Amino acid sequence: MLETRKKELTKIAYELRKAAVTAVYSAASGHPGGSLSIAEILTYLYFEEMNIDPKDPAKADRDRFVLSKGHASPAIYAALALRGYFPVDDLKTFRQVDSVLQGHPDMKHIPGIDMTTGSLGLGISAACGMALGAKKNGIGNRVWAIIGDGESEEGQVWEAAMFAAHYKLDNLCVFADFNGLQIDGPVAEVMNPAPLGDKFRAFGWNVIEIDAHDLDAIEAAVALAKATKGKPTAVIATSTKGKGVSYMENNVSWHGSAPKQEQYEQAIAELDAAIAAI
Amino acid sequence: MAEKIATREAYGNALAEFGEKYEKLVVLDADLAAATKTGTFKKKFPDRFFDCGIAEGNMMVVAAGLSTTGFIPFASSFAMFAAGRAFEQVRNAIGYPHLNVKIGATHAGISVGEDGATHQCLEDFATMRSIPGMVVMQPADAVEARAMVEAAINYVGPCYMRFGRYAVPTLFDKDTYKFELGKGIVLADGKDVTLVATGLMVEQALIARETLAAEGISARVVNIHTIKPLDEELILSCAAETGAIVTAEEHNIIGGLGAAVCECVCANKPVPVLRVGTNDTFGRSGKVPPLMELYGLTANDIAAKAKAAIALK
Repeated sequence: MLETRKKELTKIAYELRKAAVTAVYSAASGHPGGSLSIAEILTYLYFEEMNIDPKDPAKADRDRFVLSKGHASPAIYAALALRGYFPVDDLKTFRQVDSVLQGHPDMKHIPGIDMTTGSLGLGISAACGMALGAKKNGIGNRVWAIIGDGESEEGQVWEAAMFAAHYKLDNLCVFADFNGLQIDGPVAEVMNPAPLGDKFRAFGWNVIEIDAHDLDAIEAAVALAKATKGKPTAVIATSTKGKGVSYMENNVSWHGSAPKQEQYEQAIAELDAAIAAI
Repeated sequence: MAEKIATREAYGNALAEFGEKYEKLVVLDADLAAATKTGTFKKKFPDRFFDCGIAEGNMMVVAAGLSTTGFIPFASSFAMFAAGRAFEQVRNAIGYPHLNVKIGATHAGISVGEDGATHQCLEDFATMRSIPGMVVMQPADAVEARAMVEAAINYVGPCYMRFGRYAVPTLFDKDTYKFELGKGIVLADGKDVTLVATGLMVEQALIARETLAAEGISARVVNIHTIKPLDEELILSCAAETGAIVTAEEHNIIGGLGAAVCECVCANKPVPVLRVGTNDTFGRSGKVPPLMELYGLTANDIAAKAKAAIALK
């Protein structure tokens, strides 16, 4: 990736973080930790990779994206707003009773959301259905999804993994956001899903293991996923939960809680400083 | 009466028939194609049939994803696993986003027979009816099953269809039968009581009407193939005109057709409503006729409840 492009995308990833934190702060509710950990993946997909059109969110040949870990809605809403699907200012209505921006993604009312998610384990199955439909329609579009590491404790993830390999869904690429934390604590202590890569490999997937915050690595993984024929790709992306906000990083208490005003101001200051340093 | 055929058989035949006319029709099953009869479609359209293996939750959400790409997926399993095991997937991934997925659930009710309680789903009307926007249907015979499948194909939105394992008589004429989603059908008129039945209990209600007639009681028989949305207009006119209702279904009296009729009648035109159904109990193994007797699901049970309902007027 060209250095200038990398700087642009890095800046977008940090703007996305600011927008996601702002949404959670405005709602005084939401899930910042797992939103911040997927900023680079969403940035790369929405600003570099996917064939999409914010002016025509439902165009038939678009690439599809499913946020299987639907609680990271602040991140996907931020990506869609920054990409032009709806005004960035709308993010301040997140989780309010008169807003379309539901606590978890709602495909019926939010432009750009391809699948309603929130109940863990379901999104990856929906992505399989979309990938199968895309193959049957023969228009060459691709399906991207993000699952969580904690989410992979759901048995349905493995039903879907079996299905995708069985039907050779090589137009499907699933990122696993391996941030190592879930609500009750470290995933290794609550119910260890590791080694996630080996599990997907055993299920017949093409597996790539990367640093979730490295745009070059994301780009390489996407290229490899697209070049791989006959099997779906899982990108095990090791991330830092709460990435970019010092007090949220690797701190499980920020899985599902909102910053107070002072904390919010510090978060924005830190993210602005990161942008300035690019 | 004509030949006996199970509604699951008619379901499989209908899928295979309409697969020609509707090219976006695809079928999913969870390793039960031989039993749900989707295998008939599979044989004819192997490229449009997707076995999901024994993983019903995944199957429902794969169907949801497929529907967003323009296909009309029919997802099939036994009622117990479609409406029971996969309830949450159906609720969150099909019902909530109101996706165009059709659930073909077979082996519903006590008439599963020998497999027993784990496979005799008596709760599916209750769970599926509680999902906002879900259409819930059950045919009384093969003719109605076929027409229901085509109506579901042409309806845009989620549908739950309940089919039986047990061969039942064909009640309707294929050439004249018209299916209208959400509309009940008056099969025989009467003035003292209305027998509101669904599925294989429709035949029992017709037999009960004869028994009652012999005792000088005039019973109206209504076939309800669409449990949700319920034909409230028809139910309320029956309440007003006959003053008593008996419902009959192969389902728990909690949450099914009887409950839906009670909800409607209580709120609008209170008259006695007695329910024939399983009485808050699980099933058991056995041949179908003795099971139907054991659980009170016969024409005699309907006739007895009809007299009791009339006495309550």
